[in-house]
Amino acid sequence: MEQTQTYHVHYGPAKGWSRVDLGELWRYKDLIWLFVKRDFAILYKQTVLGPAWVLINPLLSAAMYTVMFGVIAGLPTGGAPQSLFYLAGTAVWGFFAACINKISATFTANSAIFSKVYFPRLAMPVSTMLSALINFVLQFVMFLALLLFYVAKGEVAPNWALTPLTPLLLAQVGLLGLGCGIIVSSLTTRYRDLMVVVTFGVQLWMYGTPVVYTLSMIEGMSRPLYWAMLLNPMTAPMETFRLIYFGSGQVTPLMWALSLAWTAVLLALGLSLFSKVEKTFVDTV
Amino acid sequence: MQQDDTMIRVRGVKKQYRLGQIGGGTLRGDLQSWWARKRGKEDPNTLIGTDQRLIGTTFMALNGVSFTVKKGEAVGIIGSNGAGKSTLLKLLTHVTAPTEGDIDLYGRVASMLEVGTGFHPEMTGRENVYLNGAILGMTRAEIDAKMAEIIAFSEVGDFIDTPVKRYSSGMYVKLAFSVAAHLDSEIMIMDEVLAVGDMKFQKKCLTKMRQAATRDGKTVLYVSHNMATIRDLCDRCIVLDQGKIVFDGAVDEGIAIYLAARGQSGSGSAMDYTRYQRESWCENDALRIRSIRFAADSVEALERTAPVRLTMTVDARQAAQQIGLRFEVRDEVGAPLATSCLYGLQMHPGENRLALEYDLSMLSPAQYNTYFTLFTAGEGGGNSDEDCVPGPRFGIVDTYGESRVEWNARRWGLVQLPDARLLPGMAE
Repeated sequence: MEQTQTYHVHYGPAKGWSRVDLGELWRYKDLIWLFVKRDFAILYKQTVLGPAWVLINPLLSAAMYTVMFGVIAGLPTGGAPQSLFYLAGTAVWGFFAACINKISATFTANSAIFSKVYFPRLAMPVSTMLSALINFVLQFVMFLALLLFYVAKGEVAPNWALTPLTPLLLAQVGLLGLGCGIIVSSLTTRYRDLMVVVTFGVQLWMYGTPVVYTLSMIEGMSRPLYWAMLLNPMTAPMETFRLIYFGSGQVTPLMWALSLAWTAVLLALGLSLFSKVEKTFVDTV
Repeated sequence: MQQDDTMIRVRGVKKQYRLGQIGGGTLRGDLQSWWARKRGKEDPNTLIGTDQRLIGTTFMALNGVSFTVKKGEAVGIIGSNGAGKSTLLKLLTHVTAPTEGDIDLYGRVASMLEVGTGFHPEMTGRENVYLNGAILGMTRAEIDAKMAEIIAFSEVGDFIDTPVKRYSSGMYVKLAFSVAAHLDSEIMIMDEVLAVGDMKFQKKCLTKMRQAATRDGKTVLYVSHNMATIRDLCDRCIVLDQGKIVFDGAVDEGIAIYLAARGQSGSGSAMDYTRYQRESWCENDALRIRSIRFAADSVEALERTAPVRLTMTVDARQAAQQIGLRFEVRDEVGAPLATSCLYGLQMHPGENRLALEYDLSMLSPAQYNTYFTLFTAGEGGGNSDEDCVPGPRFGIVDTYGESRVEWNARRWGLVQLPDARLLPGMAE
């Protein structure tokens, strides 16, 4: 008896909580990359300005925030130039929000393809996260250009030594967004209401995060609010980003510990929920 | 674990679906139901006035299916709608999980449950080949290696770098099929994908599939309603009925069992005349056509050159001699067009079964109405009709190539007389 094939898969009933097969996901890395390319290629086909929209969107938001919160409300920016401050806020938060908003539609938007062919379902949310990351990088380049302009003017002093932390920070935000996104996407297979809530919820979350204001401003206003904000896993990345590029963020090890713990818990929960739902979800949509 | 050359092993697989309400569908509804149950109250979300037993009842799409498939086998899976074919394929391709039982696959699976899955209209043919290939489990390097072959097979040619939204539907499916057909897998699972493109391309696809099984030693699992392709492609046949395997063995036997089962349910190309109200002129019920069943699964698209087979059941009150049968073909609006006769039938009292074959190769591609008439041949060429029933409306399709032109029925008529013969030595 000769064993000709080493390849063997076994499918059984979907019972209990299952493990995520990351090795399989890695084998499909070409697919993930192609999804990323597709997302980028088709988004701006037949538009006049094309990929420029990636930059125009945050610019418009940043301009709006500058007028609303900077000029009209006069919120402090911790010494950073207002336009730079709000551009950083929209770029980082935009990355996180895009992860959650787009990933949460994973199952509902792809039910047609999911019910026809098998590939690791996680390839979809992961590629969505990577697309959002690429968009962020483009915006980040624009941000850097503006930053250098202000540095040349002497209006802002970045902590250049801390800049290598940026990728870690992005990984943290991306994984947190992925975790939240796949939790919502898994729940939306059963509860469609969440689709409506999620966009609003993410917006609400933004105002509960130091995006258009600084943590130090809250600290001076209300102690309980400050503590509540420390529990928010997005506070640490936002403030760290400012610490790196404006030299004026408020970051403590406790904040990071909390943020990382949140990310780990949400991601683990999301992955197990997702892998449970993916097995039989085509039967319920 | 793996015994000899087993490629697929399915053991006691069941798949249960829930009918009716699946959950409340909303979080609020679910919480309400949960809270009501918690307090021992009636669920406020239970529908009133509907059959309570039906809500949440389950239905077994597959009910204990077991089989093994060996390397190089081409297995056809047939069964009427709802027999569980599609469910079985979904389980084998890992699209959804079984409720019970085990599935073991000893090889990579290429699934073609639907061609062109994941094709994006805005992307070019080439980009879609990469994406579709990757969705089906190929790596970029594998696709690169096969790209030229895929493009050649698809006949898309120079259009490969055009967005597929500009493609004709034929080009679209051809390209999609080509990707699926060139997957590097040991097991190919297909669901009627061969019903794509024109006849010529379908033939090419079939040949490719047959090669996969015989030459490349791949294992092919093919689901279809088209008995002709099953017969052509497969060397083993599994018949599913109501979630169970009712037959597993030789193709012809399997098809016969499947067709017989279908006849009982009176669907498709089978006609039952037990309740048919005859015209007033044939009230004499000495001979009655009880049923007609075509061998083809569907008579909507019969191939012109293929013989049409059918079985007819006739009830006779008493023995009868010199019985004839007319098969009358009328055009779409009902004008008589052509008739085929059968003479010298003998009927014995009770049930008579006739197996018949008709040559319809003289009919052009079109839709036709039919009548079956039983008659008694009299002396001197006279006849008296005994029973007359309308047969199914059928359609003829044809293949054209270099040696045959498309028949222009509007100018040349619906009937194609046999081709003329060139006699030798008469050219001078």
